Amino acid sequence: MAHAERQILLGNMACVHGAIYAGMKFYAGYPITPSTEVAEGCARELPRIGGRFIQMEDEIASMGAIVGASMAGLKSMTATSGPGYSLMVENIGYAYMVEAPCVIVNVQRGGPSTGLPTKVSQSDTMQARWGPHGDFTAIAVAPSTVADTVTETIRAFNLAERFRTPVTVLLDEAIAHMREMIALPQPGEYEVIDRVKPTCDPADYVPFEPTENCVNPMPAYGEGYRYYVTGLTHDTMGFPTNRPDEIATKLKKLKCKIEDYKDEIFKLRVEKMDDAEIAFVSYGSVSRAALLAVTLARQAGVKVGSIQLHTVWPFPLDQLRDLLQNCSKVIVSELNMGQIVREVERVVQPGAEVHSLQRYDGEILTPMQLLDKLEEVLS
Amino acid sequence: MTTVTKEKEPAPKQKSDVFLHYLRPKKKFPHVWCSGCGIGIVMGALIRAVDKLGLSKDEVVLVSGIGCTSRMPVYLDFNALHTTHGRALPFATGVKFAKPKMKVIVITGDGDALAIGGNHFIHACRRNIDITAILINNYIYGMTGGQGSPTTPSGAFSTTTPYGNVEKHFEPCELAKAAGATFVARTTVYHAPQMEKNIMNAIEHRGFSMIEVITNCHTYYGRLNRLGHAMSMLTWFKEKSVMLGKAKKMTEEELQDKFVIGVLHRADKTEFCDEYQKIVDAHQGGK
Repeated sequence: MAHAERQILLGNMACVHGAIYAGMKFYAGYPITPSTEVAEGCARELPRIGGRFIQMEDEIASMGAIVGASMAGLKSMTATSGPGYSLMVENIGYAYMVEAPCVIVNVQRGGPSTGLPTKVSQSDTMQARWGPHGDFTAIAVAPSTVADTVTETIRAFNLAERFRTPVTVLLDEAIAHMREMIALPQPGEYEVIDRVKPTCDPADYVPFEPTENCVNPMPAYGEGYRYYVTGLTHDTMGFPTNRPDEIATKLKKLKCKIEDYKDEIFKLRVEKMDDAEIAFVSYGSVSRAALLAVTLARQAGVKVGSIQLHTVWPFPLDQLRDLLQNCSKVIVSELNMGQIVREVERVVQPGAEVHSLQRYDGEILTPMQLLDKLEEVLS
Repeated sequence: MTTVTKEKEPAPKQKSDVFLHYLRPKKKFPHVWCSGCGIGIVMGALIRAVDKLGLSKDEVVLVSGIGCTSRMPVYLDFNALHTTHGRALPFATGVKFAKPKMKVIVITGDGDALAIGGNHFIHACRRNIDITAILINNYIYGMTGGQGSPTTPSGAFSTTTPYGNVEKHFEPCELAKAAGATFVARTTVYHAPQMEKNIMNAIEHRGFSMIEVITNCHTYYGRLNRLGHAMSMLTWFKEKSVMLGKAKKMTEEELQDKFVIGVLHRADKTEFCDEYQKIVDAHQGGK
């Protein structure tokens, strides 16, 4: 799999290679632009490593199949775009409830509905957080280059296994269909995390018992630990419950296992923020424009920096509060009508201005547009 | 890539202990089903079939969707996956494809399999993946209180067809056969020994097998259509059922309103996981 030499790679293929590096052995999916190359890549690569690829009848079935494969012990993934993600949401909610580790790649395109199949967007940012009904805490990561599509996909698998939860990779069409020169990582270069398995006697196994970090060891089917897995709210044995104390315990567990350990999840790329009075906040393909805009603005003497969110969810509230404490102006740039900007508004100092730079016409935000916005907020 | 742990303790020899052996030790009864419900008879037949086949509890995965039928895995001491409405077959496909040595059995109902799960049903049949689906057909949505389903006959009453059903109904066995299932059987809860044999044959069959079990929902279907209580509905199944051998000698007119029971279709086709394994064997490690 891994090649030391540098190669020109498509973003979607970088995702496939990252997933295989992380141990993916199962892919189920349904074709949808602009994610289809992920499915095609998995169809080619998985048999070569003894893995399994299946094209399902729709995205609902794809999501169901990867949860089934996850319960059977395989690291599993699906990839889609907005319309497919909308269909998957039902069984993503199921994955949250039964705490099934798996990875969902959403190569974002314009919406709502069929929207813009071949055009870039970041308008599923909130859906990645709030897609399924009910209360849960979501994890979503966002790459901005072909190289970090590899590493963010590895990270998504690691987080899924560590926290026993579905993780969304928020790719966007610009990165997914971009080709860049990269070197794939060598074995051992990045840590690969596997789910913890139970070691107790099967008779003593309590599938959802309270643990120190709220994550339970997870057996695979056929390993002797027979337990009940249900999307109904369940007690520590996995059986459906209507008891208020057991319901609250389960929901708190889904939240605390992530919220209490979110320092393990946060990843930011911070550039030129030490003396910054103005900050760009962005994620995904927009962060590329932000970096160039910062370089150009610094040459003109403007004290501006960039914060890139590799972890979009959970939102790094405290980190941003610290980083932005000396900034009087913040420009949040997104390919949507303003989604993550609401989170940023919650963390800035009183009196600081938050400006939202939006683009939602299917085109990328360019460095010049960020500079124009910077000029506007400075004047 | 798969290891199935065999249980140390042997299956019970005493007939009376068989049920206790397969019921979950940590789940207390009563069950959720109405008294007299046919689903219990199906559960009994499934237990006897698994026992007679000598399967270990560890190698069976019981997958269900939503509805009255879907509660069965909570009582049986197998690997269990109680999934979302209509989606049992996709989850089961994931389990089976990931661990082909497991015996994957899906418990579903007429609404679950044929309405919300209709697309998954035909594609599981088409793929001929080695899953056994037991479709418990009671002609109505029981869990939500007696609404019409895709098998509710034309003219029949339900809470959403209060003036009689104007729609046509699905024939699950014909649908399964047409979609590519390679083992298709129909039975009723009156014919418990036959059902047990059908389930055994279906589990042993390499490919997608579907057994339609016609079941009484006296609480809703029986009451709304004046078919009486559980026993009178069982008698109705007895009187309306015709064994396949006998049915072959009857005219279409004579078979009107009758249930033809038995193994209705059997075909020898390649199985999905086997075929994929050939691809893995040919390409693993290579380019």
